[in-house]
Amino acid sequence: MAILFYVAGAVAIFATLMVLTRLNPVHGLLYLIVSLLAVAIVFFTLGAPFMAALEVIIYAGAIMVLFVFVVMLLNLGKRQVEQERAWLKPGMWVGPVILAAILIVEVIFLATRTGGAAMGAVEIGPKQVGISLFGPYLIGVELASFLLLAALVGAYHLGMGKPQKGEKEYGNRTDESRTAAGRDLVRAGADRPVGAP
Amino acid sequence: MRETIIHIVTVLVVLFVVLNIAAGLIWVERRLLALWQDRYGPNRVGPFGLLQVAADTIKLFFKEDWVPPFADKWVFILAPGIVMLTVLMSFTVLTFAPGIAIADLNIGLLFVLAMSSLGVYSVVLGGWASDNKYALLGGLRAAAQMLSYEVFMGLSLMGVVLMAGSFSMSAIVEAQRKMWFVVPQFLGFVLFLIAGVAETRRLPFDIPEAESELVAGFHSEYSGMKFGMFFVGEYVGVVLISALISILFFGGWLGPVLPPIVWFLIKMFFFIGFFILLRAALPRPRFDQLMDWGWKLMLPLALANLLVTGAIVLAVR
Amino acid sequence: MLSVIRTLWHIFLHAFHPRVTVQYPDEKPYLAPRYRGRIILSRDPDGGERCVACYLCAVACPVDCISLQATEDETGRRYPEFFRINFSRCIFCGYCEEACPTYAIQLTPDFEICEYNRQNLVYEKEDLLISGPGKYPDYSFWRVAGVEIGGKGKGESEREDPPADLRSLMP
Ligand code: SF4
Ligand code: SF4
Repeated sequence: MAILFYVAGAVAIFATLMVLTRLNPVHGLLYLIVSLLAVAIVFFTLGAPFMAALEVIIYAGAIMVLFVFVVMLLNLGKRQVEQERAWLKPGMWVGPVILAAILIVEVIFLATRTGGAAMGAVEIGPKQVGISLFGPYLIGVELASFLLLAALVGAYHLGMGKPQKGEKEYGNRTDESRTAAGRDLVRAGADRPVGAP
Repeated sequence: MRETIIHIVTVLVVLFVVLNIAAGLIWVERRLLALWQDRYGPNRVGPFGLLQVAADTIKLFFKEDWVPPFADKWVFILAPGIVMLTVLMSFTVLTFAPGIAIADLNIGLLFVLAMSSLGVYSVVLGGWASDNKYALLGGLRAAAQMLSYEVFMGLSLMGVVLMAGSFSMSAIVEAQRKMWFVVPQFLGFVLFLIAGVAETRRLPFDIPEAESELVAGFHSEYSGMKFGMFFVGEYVGVVLISALISILFFGGWLGPVLPPIVWFLIKMFFFIGFFILLRAALPRPRFDQLMDWGWKLMLPLALANLLVTGAIVLAVR
Repeated sequence: MLSVIRTLWHIFLHAFHPRVTVQYPDEKPYLAPRYRGRIILSRDPDGGERCVACYLCAVACPVDCISLQATEDETGRRYPEFFRINFSRCIFCGYCEEACPTYAIQLTPDFEICEYNRQNLVYEKEDLLISGPGKYPDYSFWRVAGVEIGGKGKGESEREDPPADLRSLMP
């Protein structure tokens, strides 16, 4: 298990580095997916298979698909690669890298000092996760769901959109416009009120 | 040592059987489609046209395996591999009969869901890497369709999980000794069936490849064995969903007289046949209709199903 | 939802319907004599070539796949020096048969003319000529045409009056 853990951890770190340095956004996203999968394996080796499965389903499977989707829609081409190359000058990343290195050194120092818990000592199944979510962390879950509900309503509001100038409401949906125009395909979405001659 | 050998043999046997069923499905599907369309289907190569599978495979092997110069080479090659890998991985947690399983994980069902959600990447990336507008449109449609159908695919299964009290396949089958879950979870079954069809991108939900609008959708640029991988991956997906339906809702290997594995295969092949009947009978919906159904009809139904099941399970306990 | 289930059921019932496929090479369909298949050039009842090399078929052909060259024998009878049909271009429309004034060119119910080499689909006169009169057994153009050819003088054709004597006053 320990070997699996270290291999997965190394893969996660390497993949994350590759995410940062790729010029092509889709390649970067691919590495990000690999990184998430590696993290899922880390969870698994630490005795949290339920978390591992959720990590894959939700992060790697759903959220990253959305990222890829958006990047595909943006239609980034050669110009983007050039721009990325221009941005990835040493001057841009040296500062953050030094800061991150200091943090890593601190983490290693702390980890070696305290020794850390035994790996995979207890397996945390779905039941324990559920009990702790709806027990001690109930408030947190409820707050998060409030937040998500607000986000949902907001997204719905944005997605509804106002009809653009010259675009009638019932021009949006073809089948509604058909029924609105009395199944008259020629008049569908035409600029006249329903029932007008 | 003996354990390990038995393990390896199981893996190989399952792999062999699954791939063979998937390849055989090429013939089964064409014959069944023909049966329902008043034709004969392939019946020339070998007895009943059975060697058609071999002929098709040979043909695929000898086609030029072409990577378009404008494509993103590595992603283009990677995509068909992902589809095979993810569906085959899902088979590792299925329990076909008592003792016949590769790994009876206690989060088996979640593992299947995880793998099926990763399977989307093959289509999306294949469509993107082809650098072809039809392929890209197919990939975009696939991303949207899979996302919306995965949501209630998982939710529709949670009723079963609640009733069985476990994510493990064998525990779910054992919980059906008294009654198959299709009776109390009929809504869940219908939702999962629909989501399963959408998940395998089969007609009527093959919007990502919709050949009447998008040439061949996400695999427009693929040829040779890479196309073959998508093709076989789709059939392995059909086998997977049929196996899942029979395990989760129809009592898996449970059944009188016959040996368990035979019962499992009978149930599985029944649903494979049903998948093909769906393809023979139903027209393809429009894309916006598909999304509408997913979010406005299926998702609320799945949530309601989950709530009611949860309440009843709590009340009975 | 109900309509979907009904559709599924009806399609399922089609498993018990008779097949519409004709198992072609084993089971050949009946083709009427007027079917438009492989083209032939026919002969007179007395064995001579019917074609008079009038080019009408070549003109009528919408895809320009007939090519021929007219010539005459020593008695003045016209015939094609070569006659070529490119079957890889022919669309079997039958216009050539309609255009032909002598029933020489005819379409037959044979359609199995596949070749591995496209060049082999160019048929020469030797390939096209058959030994019989085809669909019109009794018709002979030269016997009714008022033209003088070897073995048949002026006025000797069927339903042809002998040539008028210009110097005579008799009607
Ligand atoms: S059948 Fe039509 S296309 Fe063929 S040679 Fe005659 S005129 Fe030309
Ligand atoms: S085949 Fe008929 S139409 Fe064609 S050149 Fe000969 S006589 Fe004329």
